Amino acid sequence: MSILAELAYWQQTSLRVAAGLVAVLLPAGTLVYLYLFKMMSFMQSRLGPMEAGPFGSLQLVAEVGKWLQKEDIIPTRADRLIFGLAPFIVLMSTFLLVVVIPFGPDAFFADLPTGIYFALAVGSISVIGILMAGWASANKYSLLGGLRAAGQLIAYELPMVLAVVGVVIQAGTLNMQGIVVAQADGEIFGWGGIGNPYILTQFVAFAIFLIAVQAELTQTPFDMPVAESELVSGYLTEYSGIRFLLFFISEYATAGAFSAIIAVLFLGGWYIPGIDIDDNVFNVIGPIVMMVKIVLVSFVIFWFRFTMPRFREDQLQRLAWKVLIPLALVNIAATAVLKVAF
Amino acid sequence: MNVTEQDQLSYIAAQAADSRINVEIETEGMTLNIGPQHPATHGTLRIVVKLDGEQVIAAEPIAGYMHRGYEKLTEVRTYPQVTTLINRIDWLGSFANEVPFILAAEQLMEVEAPPRARWIRTILFELSRISNLTLFLGDMGIQLGAMTPVFYAFRDREHVLNQIESVTGGRFHPNFDRIGGIKDDLPAGWIDGTRSAMTRIAEFCDQMEALLLNNEIFESRTRGIGVIPADIALSYGMSGANLRASGVDWDLRRDGGDGLAYKELDWKVWTHPDGDSFARFWVRLQEVREGVKIVEQLLDGIPSGPVMAKVPRIIKVPPGEAWVETENPLGAMGYYVVSKGELVPFRVKIRSASFNNVSIASWVLRGVYVPDIITILASLYFILGDIDR
Repeated sequence: MSILAELAYWQQTSLRVAAGLVAVLLPAGTLVYLYLFKMMSFMQSRLGPMEAGPFGSLQLVAEVGKWLQKEDIIPTRADRLIFGLAPFIVLMSTFLLVVVIPFGPDAFFADLPTGIYFALAVGSISVIGILMAGWASANKYSLLGGLRAAGQLIAYELPMVLAVVGVVIQAGTLNMQGIVVAQADGEIFGWGGIGNPYILTQFVAFAIFLIAVQAELTQTPFDMPVAESELVSGYLTEYSGIRFLLFFISEYATAGAFSAIIAVLFLGGWYIPGIDIDDNVFNVIGPIVMMVKIVLVSFVIFWFRFTMPRFREDQLQRLAWKVLIPLALVNIAATAVLKVAF
Repeated sequence: MNVTEQDQLSYIAAQAADSRINVEIETEGMTLNIGPQHPATHGTLRIVVKLDGEQVIAAEPIAGYMHRGYEKLTEVRTYPQVTTLINRIDWLGSFANEVPFILAAEQLMEVEAPPRARWIRTILFELSRISNLTLFLGDMGIQLGAMTPVFYAFRDREHVLNQIESVTGGRFHPNFDRIGGIKDDLPAGWIDGTRSAMTRIAEFCDQMEALLLNNEIFESRTRGIGVIPADIALSYGMSGANLRASGVDWDLRRDGGDGLAYKELDWKVWTHPDGDSFARFWVRLQEVREGVKIVEQLLDGIPSGPVMAKVPRIIKVPPGEAWVETENPLGAMGYYVVSKGELVPFRVKIRSASFNNVSIASWVLRGVYVPDIITILASLYFILGDIDR
C-alpha cells in the first residue's frame, strides 16, 4: 500500500470508489453478456443479441440506455420512500460484499481480521431491501414474492454459514487473505505441488455453499421470489426504469461477488500454482486470475439456472433444513476430527 | 350530522374487531386475481383465488374474455367458408378443428371422401396433434421454471409446421379440408420430408424425457399434484389426454366414428392410473410418440386415387341434423350441425374440449399452493380460443 499512502485522502477515496465500481460492474457486465445473453441463447439453440457491436457485445450498453430513458413509475398506493429506497439497499449489500474480497496480496479494499464473517453478514442485508420492495409496491404479487424471498434467504443463510465453518476450521483463520495463503501453503498428504485448494478437501462444503449461493441469488431452481409464471415478477413487478436497473445490476453483481467468495474459499483465490506466493506480480495478475475463477464458478451457477425447473416453496425449505444443514453439520464435525487427527 | 354508508361500515368493522381481539387474532384471506393478463394463463383466462397464506381456499375460473361468437358467425357463412373460421378455435392444432365439421357436413350430404383424401386428412389431423402437443411438452417446462425446453419445442415444432405449410399453404390456419375430400394432392417429395420431420419429433420426445420427465425437481413438482380421480373427471365431462391420465381408456380415434383412417392402423391408446399432473404430461408425451408411429404407418400405406369426390359447385346441404365428434389434440371436439337445406347452416353447436377441461379448475385447485395452481393449469392444457370460441 506504499503508493496509496502517499496520496491525499480525497485521491485515495476516489481511487477506491473507481476500483469498487470496476470490481462490482465488470463481473456483472461480463456475466450478463457471457451467460445471460450468449450461453443461454446457445443452450436454447438461438443466436442471442447480434446487432449491437460485434456479436452483440454492446447490447448491454444499449439496454442500460433504454432503462435510463424509461419513465420512472411509482404506483399510486405505493409507500414512496420505502419503494425508492429498496433498490439502493439491495445494491448496497452488493458493494459491501466486494469490500472484503482480496484480488491480490495488496489489492483489496479492506483486510478485515474476520473478513468472511463480515461478507456473510452483509450479504443478507439484501433481504431487507427485497422485503421493502415487496411491501412498498402495494401489489399482491410483489408481497408474495417479497415474503417468499425473506423465507428463502433466511433458510439458506444457515447452510451457507455452516459450509464456511468447515473451510475456516481447515484454514484456521476467518481472514480472507489468510484463507488464500492457507490454501497456497497447504499440502495434500504431504504433496504441496498445487497447494491445497479447498474444493478438494472440502468438496461437501463447496457443494452446499454453491447450492446456498444459488438460493441466495434467487436463481432457478430457487427463483420462487421472482417466479415469472406465477408471480409475474415477484417483488420486481412494479419496478421500472432506473430502479429496475439497480435491481438488475445488483442481481448479477451479487452473482459475481459470491462467485468471487467461492473462488477465495475453495479455489485458492488470486493464487495460481507455479509462482511464488510472495511474488509482487500477483498484484497485477491476481485480479485477472480472480476474474477467470469468477467466470468459471458462475458458469456452474448459470448452467443450473438455464437447465432446471424450480422448486416449490415447501420443497425448498425442506431441502435446506432436512438435507443441507445436517450435511453441513456432519461436514463440520468430520473436518474438526480430521484437523485434530492430522 | 350525515352518516354515510362508509361510516356505518367502518363502525361495524371496528365493533367486530373489538369483539374479536379477546378471542384470537384472526387473519383475513387474500383474494388474488390471476389474469386476464398474466404470464401463466397463456391467454385471457381469469382465475379468482382466495388465499390463506399461499394456500388456495377457493378458486373460480372466469372464461369469456375471448368470446368471438363463432357459433353465431357460422350461421351467416356458406359451408366452405365456415372452415376459415373454425380453424381458429384451437389455434395450435388448427387443421383438426376443420375435420369434425366437414365430416358432419359430408354426413348430411351423404358424400364420402375418396380413400386417398381420407388418409391425407388423417395424416394432417395427426400432424396438427403432434405440433400442438409438442408445444405443450415445452410449455410445461417453462410454467415450472425451466426456460430451455420451450425453445426446443418451438424449434422442433417448426419442422412439422413446415410440412403442414407445404401441403396447405398455411402454417397455422390451413383451411384445407373440403366437403368431399381435400383441396389438393400432396406436393412432390412431401412424404420423405414428413418422415424426416417425424424423426426429429421422436428425438425431441427423448430429449424432453431426459430434460423434464426424468428430472427430480420436475417429478417432485408434478407427482401427486392436482389428482383427478376417474369418476370426477368423467362427471366434469373431461376428455382427451386429461381423461386418459386419470385411467379412463377412452379415445375417439379408436372408439369413435369411421370418418378417419385410424381403425386400419396398428397403434395403442396410452393411459396412466395416477391422474396427477405428472400423468397428464406422461400421457401426452406418449401420445406424441404414438402420433409419430401413426404418421409413419399412414405414409407407408397411403392409397392412390383422386382426392376429391364429386360434389356440386354450389354446396347446398340437404335438411337434417348431424353430430360428429373426433379426438382432437385437446380432447373430444364435436359439431352439431342443423341444416334447413340452404347455403348456410341453420345452427352449429361447437363442443370444444378445453371448456370442460378447465371447468374442473375450481374443484381441483382447492387446497393447493400458489405454485401448484400454475402446474395444474399447465398440465390441464387448455387453449383460450378453445374455451371461449
